[in-house]
Amino acid sequence: MLTYLTRRLIQGVIVLLAVSFVCFIIFRYMGDPVISMAGQYATAAERDEIRKIFGLDQPPYVQYWRFLTNALRGNFGISYETRLPALGLIVERIPASAELAASAMVFAFTVGVGLGVLVSANPRAWLSRAVMAGSLGGISIPTFLIGIVLIMVFAVQLGILPPFGRGETVKLGNWWSTNFLSLDGLEHLILPAFTLGMYQLAVLLRLTRSGMREVLTTEYIKTAWAKGLSPARVVFKHALRNVLIPVVTVAGLQFGDLIAFSLVTETIFQWPGLGNLLLTSLYESDQPVIVTYISLVAVFILTINIIVDLLYALLNPKIRYG
Amino acid sequence: MSQRKNRFLYDFFRDPAAILGAAIMIVFTAAALLAPLIAPHDPYDLKTVELGDSLKPPAWEEDGDPEFLLGTDDQGRDILSTIIYGLRTSLTVGFSVMLLAGTFGVIIGLLAGYYGGILDAVTMRTADTVFAFSTTLLAILFLGLFKQSGVGIVILAICIADWVRYARTMRASVLEVREEAYITAAKATGANDFHLLLIHLLPNALPPIFVIMAVDLAAIIMLEATLSFLGVGVPITKPSLGMMIASGKNYIYAGNWWLIVFPGATLVLFVLGLNLLADWLREELNPRIQRSR
Repeated sequence: MLTYLTRRLIQGVIVLLAVSFVCFIIFRYMGDPVISMAGQYATAAERDEIRKIFGLDQPPYVQYWRFLTNALRGNFGISYETRLPALGLIVERIPASAELAASAMVFAFTVGVGLGVLVSANPRAWLSRAVMAGSLGGISIPTFLIGIVLIMVFAVQLGILPPFGRGETVKLGNWWSTNFLSLDGLEHLILPAFTLGMYQLAVLLRLTRSGMREVLTTEYIKTAWAKGLSPARVVFKHALRNVLIPVVTVAGLQFGDLIAFSLVTETIFQWPGLGNLLLTSLYESDQPVIVTYISLVAVFILTINIIVDLLYALLNPKIRYG
Repeated sequence: MSQRKNRFLYDFFRDPAAILGAAIMIVFTAAALLAPLIAPHDPYDLKTVELGDSLKPPAWEEDGDPEFLLGTDDQGRDILSTIIYGLRTSLTVGFSVMLLAGTFGVIIGLLAGYYGGILDAVTMRTADTVFAFSTTLLAILFLGLFKQSGVGIVILAICIADWVRYARTMRASVLEVREEAYITAAKATGANDFHLLLIHLLPNALPPIFVIMAVDLAAIIMLEATLSFLGVGVPITKPSLGMMIASGKNYIYAGNWWLIVFPGATLVLFVLGLNLLADWLREELNPRIQRSR
């Protein structure tokens, strides 16, 4: 187990180094940082001075080393647009994105797995067939379209839910602001969370169902039935537990998708989160912010992946990593 | 072999969902291929597009114009024609990525599965990493950073991560097939690696790839629409379903629903058709699940 963990950590470090290298290339060679910092109309002398101050006249490997050590200390430079530290801009947006993503995941997981179990327990019921057909529709509608249709129906036509923004938030501690503690905040959360959760929901539902379908035919389930256990006990205690392991694993390994789709969702609902910030920064070529975003997302995704892998090993007695 | 083929067709014609999926796929592909012949207008011929025709509702609505069956957009382009031309872009991107990423992924998966060792370790770790970062996220970042828009660069951006699906599936399939008796037999007869890989392994390991192809085509078409919706996809001079929906979003309060509903429905129907086909293929080719007849 320990060897496995070490190996995974070393792999993670290699990937992060690769990511940091790509980030450095983006930062240094995509667009001219000198012009971005000095401004379009700076004279040649002013540009040279900027180049010197920021060490942009030194050889690339020196620059890369400094980029790396600075990044490790959390110093990703100053945003070209707002002239504020890039890391601060990112951190400020974390609560909005985290709350949206968490709400979407909770919604997708409870409804998706719940429906998956229901459908596999009564595969012939017409309701099950309807749910399965619906799930096929769910994976066939792109996230951005779900969002727009929801806005059209609930905000424009019916006028019962707000179409964009985060609404009223309540401050918790120094920097966390939450949507969960005010009615207005909750109302603003419904449509975006539903939009973001929809795709994951359909995927989880289909995964649970196919897992259940295989597990329900195994010998130990037949034994459980033969022992006269109640259906609820067979389905939830014996079958679902084994199905959940791969379901959770797949959900965890697709974390990148969650981040990508929250980017789309945040754009549609003008949700003031990380994804929205990234898209604006991409349009404005604000390289320091882009690079910070990529670095943090990389660390985050790799951490989640390692945790999921370890959990998988812990939960599944059939797997022993040497 | 012919018996297997008959069985395949027999199963196909007994499954209404599969027939529906195939029908959607055929109709939409034909429409895209024949766009210049069947589209009532050429939405990108500036001579025929008039601003005076802008934002007309569908023909059956009040103020509708029979010349524009599904109405017009804010530039005065015929919605129906733009959708048909937009399908062309979707399909160009879809099939190009499928072929490029598919070929690359299948070759890598074949080699990794057969030879194993360091090649296998490196490609599969790369695949894990690329997969973790998500095709969608990588494509958005790539296109957002390069700022060059064009159909070619969109295809490239999607390929960066998409080959992984094929490589993984192919590798897993090769690992299973590799142990079959006929492969051992072929090896015993002294067949060289090239012959073995190409003649024996490739065709027998390929079936799962067909399922991936159908699922993947659906995913690529959704992704292209998403990228164009976000403004990092195909250039504005190209028709695209995603871009139509993005420009329709500006009129969401004005009640011009046809700007979003028609391209949106086309996109969903197309992807749904592909997913129906993929679902059927998956069950048909999966020996572990007995189909209920």
